[in-house]
Amino acid sequence: MSILSAVLDEVPVLRQDKSAPTILGGIPEGEGSELPEWFIARRQEAWRQFSSLPMPARKDQAWRFSNVKALDLAPFALGQAPGDGDRREILDRSVSLDEVAGRLIYADDHLLRRDPLPEPLRALGVIMKPLERGLIEHEELFRQHFMAQPVALGSAKFAALHEAFVKSGTFIYVPRGVEVELPIEIFHWLNDQDASVFPHTLLIADELSKVTVIEHFRSTHRDRRGFACGVNDLVAGRGAKISYVCAQNWGEKVLSVQMNATTAERDASALSLNVHLGGMYSRFESLSRLIGEGARSDLLSVSVGAGTQEFDARTLQEHASPHTTSDLLYKNSLSDLSRNTFGGLIRVEPHAHFTDAYQTVRNLLLSDDAEANSMPGLEILADNVKCSHGATSGQLNEDEFFYLLARGIPARAARQLLVGGFLNEVVQRLNHPAIAEKIHELIEEKFARAAR
Amino acid sequence: MVTDTEAAPLGLERNANGDFSYPDTHLHDAGVGLTEETIHYISNIKEDPDWVREFRLNAYKTFLSKPMPTHWASNDLEAIVFENIRYYLSSGTQAKRSWEDVPEDVKRTFERLGIPEQERKFLAGVEAQFDSEAVYSNIKAAVGEQGVIFVGSTEGLKNHPEIFRKWFGKVIPTGDNKFSALNSAVFSGGSFIYVPPGVKVKHPLQAYFRINAENFGQFERTLIIVDEGAELTYMEGCTAPKFNTATLHSAVVELVALKGAKIQYITVQNWSANVFNLVTKRAIAHEEAEVKWIDCNIGSRLTMKYPGVVLKGRKARGEVLSIALASNGQHQDTGAKMVHAADETTSNIISKSISIGTGRATYRGLVHVPKHLKNCKNNTECDALLINANSRTDTYPAITVRGTGNSVQHEASVSQVSAEQIFYMQQRGLTEAQAMSLSVNGFVNDLVRQFPMEYSVELKRLIELEMEGSVG
Repeated sequence: MSILSAVLDEVPVLRQDKSAPTILGGIPEGEGSELPEWFIARRQEAWRQFSSLPMPARKDQAWRFSNVKALDLAPFALGQAPGDGDRREILDRSVSLDEVAGRLIYADDHLLRRDPLPEPLRALGVIMKPLERGLIEHEELFRQHFMAQPVALGSAKFAALHEAFVKSGTFIYVPRGVEVELPIEIFHWLNDQDASVFPHTLLIADELSKVTVIEHFRSTHRDRRGFACGVNDLVAGRGAKISYVCAQNWGEKVLSVQMNATTAERDASALSLNVHLGGMYSRFESLSRLIGEGARSDLLSVSVGAGTQEFDARTLQEHASPHTTSDLLYKNSLSDLSRNTFGGLIRVEPHAHFTDAYQTVRNLLLSDDAEANSMPGLEILADNVKCSHGATSGQLNEDEFFYLLARGIPARAARQLLVGGFLNEVVQRLNHPAIAEKIHELIEEKFARAAR
Repeated sequence: MVTDTEAAPLGLERNANGDFSYPDTHLHDAGVGLTEETIHYISNIKEDPDWVREFRLNAYKTFLSKPMPTHWASNDLEAIVFENIRYYLSSGTQAKRSWEDVPEDVKRTFERLGIPEQERKFLAGVEAQFDSEAVYSNIKAAVGEQGVIFVGSTEGLKNHPEIFRKWFGKVIPTGDNKFSALNSAVFSGGSFIYVPPGVKVKHPLQAYFRINAENFGQFERTLIIVDEGAELTYMEGCTAPKFNTATLHSAVVELVALKGAKIQYITVQNWSANVFNLVTKRAIAHEEAEVKWIDCNIGSRLTMKYPGVVLKGRKARGEVLSIALASNGQHQDTGAKMVHAADETTSNIISKSISIGTGRATYRGLVHVPKHLKNCKNNTECDALLINANSRTDTYPAITVRGTGNSVQHEASVSQVSAEQIFYMQQRGLTEAQAMSLSVNGFVNDLVRQFPMEYSVELKRLIELEMEGSVG
């Protein structure tokens, strides 16, 4: 007990040095005063909501198996603009894809750099700008879609916290019929000790348009504590096709809660791939709503747990229209003392007949102390549906492992090859070789870190 | 249960006559509502030993302190008014051992249930529960000679404490949930069975339960201990006449399978559509023991029942086969729990549910494999069939696996009866209802085949009956 409190006592000392306001202190006086009045009112209302809602408890079905004790927000402060040295270093390290349509780089909730879209795309009406510009210049679109979806997966309190503090984010709009060939790339960095960030991506793809967005979550120092509380609103209009990739690679002491909502209108297709590598505790909620006939949603995720990491994924595939399809594939590899929880639900509303919905979760347990919890769920209120879910937990195939050893491949490399192959099936579904390559690099880095 | 297939369709008879009741002629009546007084009243009548009285009173306190499980379960539970329930009724008669001594109106009840005269006499070792007390108990002489103890719960605790006290309330602790606490406070009736080492009971032991007083909850308690290398099959079937106000059935069933023992526990539940059926069932399987729950839920307003097996000894095996049929207005919330607690344990869960009309079938499961166990295996399969456009089905499994060397798989699917199949059968001259019924029977057939003959026959008839009028 005394050691624990000693550690806690250290925290305020660090914070005092930097005099950054804590998040539990509320919205600081004068913060965001340049924003429009309606948005300020919304933030204040959200703060009130955050204050009145209870912290999640393990008894809540939506938090079952989750280590809710990890959700202590007291140490965290609002992100401050990084100094010049840090800034340069962060920009140097924000490297990923060779070719992108546009790029935005944020650190501790401050925009460091923007590589604008090429002129031809801008001429076609494609918009990519920081969130606060979006909310002023495109108020109608913004109000229509910004956090417009219900928080159905248990994190209402964190959604309210996000809304109260959201500052850095990206507003993307692709007009009717426009196809953005190259991906749009966004970096969010955690830099200071105990900093917090509230990233937001608002993506609106209008009728028959096409766009790919990749987001990187990273820490400048892997041993620094931090807090990330993000929300994404991804809207695929009629016949639109959106792909969203998230490469979460926070440092090992970061607490993160991410809430994504995808909406697919008639004949739209939405695909999301979430790669979870970093963080101490990462909660990831993914709501996918199929609201128009013929809509399709693919939910993909890969997680690699090591040390004492915990990943907690909750999903809802909501079929609100007939003739809709959703397909979920989550694969998790777990070593050391890592934990993984999956709670997923397919919900087919009455009248959403001719639905095809699938949900597959595979856990690969690589150590005796790893733990996998799976709660794949179905709620079917219509008939004429094809729904199935499957969850398995197992270990590496001994025969395959032996085969590789027999070929002279060292045990560690053989194991990594097999785990890599296991996860690769998911990454391949993205059908984007350049991004897949970057993801594989990140996974390999993670293996190397875990092996140390 | 009926083995004679020439008897009139049992399900039909029973349901067609579902709305009957006999005048209450109970000698003891604890009145409506639950207080400490009620518990003293029950204890006095049953002449409980002091430790049982103590146990009941503690359980009552636990019951009061426990919340309703509505944070995860159906809000329909709020409709239970504990103050309006009778917790104890008794006709005051001692358990009977010969048919002649059975009261006339009980015999008439059997008649209305459509059990043939011949069958009633041969019902080996039937412990027929009429309201709270065992009014009819005819233990087959051979079973008694083998040293098998088959008695009511009161008798078991009073006359054989050395056997039953050791396990009583150990498999399902009083505080397990609100309803197990309630049962522990007011239990009466149920069976206590002990099978000595190596004894293989050839004939299934059976018990009938009936609810027959308005607002009367039935709180039977069953404890079955099967000693090393012994085997037992136990069957229970439930029917209840229809009443206007909701009735509560809250049983606790504990099974103990010692080393190498085998237990098969079969339930066919057909409560009337106003009964809340909230039952806690759990087994402990020791080394190389096998426990198999076969569970069919057809009636009731809301059933919440998740038979479980704690696989405590090496190479123990647990199995749950479950069929749920949710008709208009019903909610069958059933499932299974498998807690692996030793190496090389295996478990298998197969659940099939059918939702008709506004019926809702829910599967809720728990599979737990803690760390440092080796070669544990679980297989779970859930299939749901939806008959009408407004039918509903849910699946909520929870699976925890730690460590390497174990394998767990869960699969579920939801489908509807194929239009081609129905069309084909209609071409062959079947009516739509007949075709539908055949289809549904086909869906559950591979499970039903594993049931004892008489149960599979009866179940088929019950399904046929439920399917009538569900199409068109």
